[in-house]
This record gives sequence, C-alpha cells and structure tokens, in this order.
Amino acid sequence: MRSKTAEFVVGLFILAGIAALALLAFKVSGTGHIMSRKTYEVNAVFDNVGGLKPRATVSLGGVEIGQVKSIQLDPDSLEANVTLSINQKYNAIPDDSTPSILTQGLLGANYIGIIPGADVDPDAVLKQGSKMMPGKSAMILENLIGQLIYGMKSDKKDDAKTTPATITSQ
Amino acid sequence: MITAIQRLGRSGIDLTQGLGRSGVFIAKAIVRPPQLRQWFGLLCGEIYQLGVLSLVIILVSGLFIGMVVSLQGYHTLVKFAAQPELGSLLALSIVRELGPVITALLFAGRAGSALTAEIGLMKASDQLAAMEMMAVDPISKVIAPRFWAGIISLPILTLLFNVVAIYGGYFIGVHWLGVDGGAFWNNMHMAVNFRLDIVNGIIKSLVFAIAITWIAVYQGYYSVPNPSGVSQATTKTVVVSSVFILGLDFILTALMMGGW
Repeated sequence: MRSKTAEFVVGLFILAGIAALALLAFKVSGTGHIMSRKTYEVNAVFDNVGGLKPRATVSLGGVEIGQVKSIQLDPDSLEANVTLSINQKYNAIPDDSTPSILTQGLLGANYIGIIPGADVDPDAVLKQGSKMMPGKSAMILENLIGQLIYGMKSDKKDDAKTTPATITSQ
Repeated sequence: MITAIQRLGRSGIDLTQGLGRSGVFIAKAIVRPPQLRQWFGLLCGEIYQLGVLSLVIILVSGLFIGMVVSLQGYHTLVKFAAQPELGSLLALSIVRELGPVITALLFAGRAGSALTAEIGLMKASDQLAAMEMMAVDPISKVIAPRFWAGIISLPILTLLFNVVAIYGGYFIGVHWLGVDGGAFWNNMHMAVNFRLDIVNGIIKSLVFAIAITWIAVYQGYYSVPNPSGVSQATTKTVVVSSVFILGLDFILTALMMGGW
C-alpha cells in the first residue's frame, strides 16, 4: 500500500509519537523545570539529615528556590555534607543564612528551608561553592518520643518523692 | 519408558533447531541490504498496517487504564491522606510498567497475530515460493519491512499510550475525585525522572518490539502451509509473545531498578 494518504498518515503517526515524547518529557517528568536553568551550588553541613533525599526541595520563605543535589558523609568530621543547587535568579541570599531540615506536613517528606540572615553587605551573598552556616538538623521522631517518655518518668519520680512527705506533714 | 525419553530428546533437539533457525532467519532479515527505491514505500505501508491501524485499541485502552489506575490509587491513598501523591503513583505506574507492557501485549494480540496470519497465508498459497522462483528475495521484500515497521511502531504506540493514560488519570483524579491539580502535577514532576523512567520505558518497548515482531514473522514464515497450520501459528505467536513480554519485563525491571 503505497498511496499518498498512507504515507501522510504514517508521517502524522510518527509526528504524534515525537509530540508524545516531548509532552512526557516536559509535563510528566518536569524537565525544563526550575532546575534546568542555571544554578549555583552551595554546601551545607548537618549533624543529622533524617529522611532528606536528593532532589528534595530547597525553599526560602516557603518559595522553592532550588533542589538538594547530593548528600555525602564527611569521613573526617562524621557530619553530613549536603550540596544544594539554587536557581541563579536568587543570587542575593545573605551568606549568614541558616539552612534547616523541615518536614512537609507532619509526617511528610523532608525538605530544606533557608532562614535568611541579617548581613546587609551586598557582597556577602551565597555564590557558587559557598559554605553555609551550620544547619539545624532534622527532627527525629524517635528522639522526641524518647525525650517525652524520659520527661514523664522523671515527673512521676518527683511525684513519688513528694507524696509521702505531704501525707506525713499533714 | 524409552519412547517417553526419546520424545523428550526429540523435543529438545527440535527446540534448539527452532531457536537456531529463527536466529539465522532474523539475521538474514536484518543484514540483507534493502533496495532503497522500493524500500521506503514498503516500510511506510507496513507502519500503516501495524502502527496506525493499532491506534484505536491502544488509545482507548490507554484512556481506560489511566482512569482505572487513578481511581483505584485514589481510594487507597486517601486512607493515608496522601492523595496529592496520586500524580506520582499514576505517572510512575504507567511510564515504568503498564505503558510498555500493556501496549506490547495489545500489539502482540492485534499486530503480531495479523503479521503471522499474513505471512502464513503467503506461504500456504505458495506466494513466497513463487517470489523465490522469480529471483525476488522474499525475506528482504516481505519480512524485513514488517520487522522494521514493528520496531518503529511499538515505541511510538507506547508513548501515545502513556500520554493518553496520564491525561485520562488526570481528568479522573483532579476533575472528578477532587485531588488538587497543582499538587498532582508537581508531585509527578518530582517523582518522574526523564532518563530513569521515561527513557527506560522506551528501552523496554524497543526490546518488546524486537521480541514480538521476531516471533510473529518467524512463526508465519515457518508455519505449516495449510489453514490449520496458519491458525496454530497465529495462536502460538500471541501466546509465546505474551510470555516473552512478561518474562523480559521482569528481567529488564530487575536490571533497571538495580541501577544500570
């Protein structure tokens, strides 16, 4: 079947396939997203990154300004070294800003929130390769529960110590 | 007892011979240089037959599968208040697994069986033998265009299936079930990686395309040249292709998830 109609339809078919690929690339996988424009990398150090993963959001004031590029353990200081990729257009972040690891919602994914620092010097901003101030580590649920239980136990011990005294003193 | 073991040995030898024959056959189809003037017309005609005419079943199935995955996913995710993740659930299931596999299964059933039947009938009615006698090589004129047409069509069909399924799921999830549209697309963007998910899906569909088309043309070419032989060959194409698709899918998924 070599008619012109068949060739045209096959051409349309192949074009539709290419269009579908482009649609998948841009609308589904988010290529062309914030991260494919120019970015610069900064380094942040944490004691505990919790559940933070690469490609997690980096936000300032709730607005997404970049992504986590990689997370590595520094073998000498045994601290977590996190590389952040920040979009070039946010190039006036003071270099004494503090990164902290927050949770989306209550039990959601971890992301990095940056609290801007107070340095007004226009040159003291984050640039490619800057090292940020030491960051606030992730909140580990188990540690919190442990603290709560320990707190409850010591409250009970205090109660147990004071109760006999109050009874006898009456 | 002895005849049973003999039969087992016979089937083993037949199987190995069959594998070798199919390998040599497909090597001939790939390696023989095409006559470029006729080649393009033949290829186009075959892409039309295999690809364009399969569009209806692929697109309709894609739409319904996207909608069902979205619906089922929503009802499970809503128990964990995680329904904004519906976008990532839908996109990852479709692009990584359901898209390539279901498109391949449908393609094997529709286009693969059509290929086998066509070539089998050509053999049964001695058209292939007549071509050989006229010094026209049936392999490069009949088999090779169909082989390459299958390899080109299936990835395109898979991509179209993926797009239709994801949009179908989007309409059900956002406009009917009330998932937040922004969260839907945003979470999808964060979860789907172009190189790891979409490209791997295309690689899977290419591998399936080679398997299905190879099995289909081989079964057709070496079918028993009578009506019941053609029907047996057609059934065998669909069954063997389906088993291979699912087996290869597992192997490829294991390789891809293991990070190649």
